[in-house]
Amino acid sequence: MANDTLIKNETRVSPAAHLYQEMADASVPGALSLSEVAFSTKVSVRCAPGSAGFDAVATATGVGLPHKVGEVRGEVDTVAVLWLGPDEFLVAAPEDAQLAAKLDQTLGENPGQVVDLSANRSVLELTGAKAPLVLRKSCPADLHPRAFAVNHAITTSLANIPVLLWRTGEESWRIMPRASFTEHTVRWLIDAMIEFRTESI
Amino acid sequence: MMLIDCPHCGPRNENEFGYGGEAHVAYPENPAELTDKEWSRYLFYRGNKKGIFAERWVHSGGCRKWFNALRDTVSYEFLAVYGAGEAQPEIEKIQGGTR
Repeated sequence: MANDTLIKNETRVSPAAHLYQEMADASVPGALSLSEVAFSTKVSVRCAPGSAGFDAVATATGVGLPHKVGEVRGEVDTVAVLWLGPDEFLVAAPEDAQLAAKLDQTLGENPGQVVDLSANRSVLELTGAKAPLVLRKSCPADLHPRAFAVNHAITTSLANIPVLLWRTGEESWRIMPRASFTEHTVRWLIDAMIEFRTESI
Repeated sequence: MMLIDCPHCGPRNENEFGYGGEAHVAYPENPAELTDKEWSRYLFYRGNKKGIFAERWVHSGGCRKWFNALRDTVSYEFLAVYGAGEAQPEIEKIQGGTR
């Protein structure tokens, strides 16, 4: 089923591809950098904790499934599972066309669902020491390291749209808006980054 | 901006939440047997209490789960949050509140 919707690699375009140069121009060397992580795989998993399906999928991901808000199982470079709700998870991985089918097969007839949502969200990466200052301009979540540790991810809002915010490293953040909000998010971030081009007085 | 304690996500801004009206309004057992008046009572008539009120809320900007809350309609203070389908906690037993 998934193969019916696959577009040939050479013809597909990622949601922020046309903004590549603008994002590169907006980056501040040594302080801020904005880029898109194109064509990663994201799979939605829904199953209730404690059920047979939950245990099966947790084993199949290789890193388990998170149990509480903010928790991320696994690493950004391999496979990571983000907590979206008590029975809703997002498996994020570098491009892997077989992942959804594999998890779906694992879930089998158990209650729950596995859906390939790779094209649902775009992935923007904001890195640099000033990144929290940029995000704080419109993100209501507590981004203090005390509350938002590395490899912590929550559903929140940025520039008045819902996004997934994932701190992937000490100074790197992944922002995942729905694909149709990509241009809005990128332009808002570029605008928010302008002030850091000059030295603060 | 109020902070509302989502039972799953912890304290979040009120604009992430949706309001679902009065809690613990049971669906009639035999809706077909109700008179129009009884049916309209079920559909449209809700309490408008001054004081502690049990309400349904949904965390649409987060975990997307419904839950119930006890809120003081005078001070807007949230006194308790509890899961959908759970019985209403007795107010005397609640320690403090979550504003």
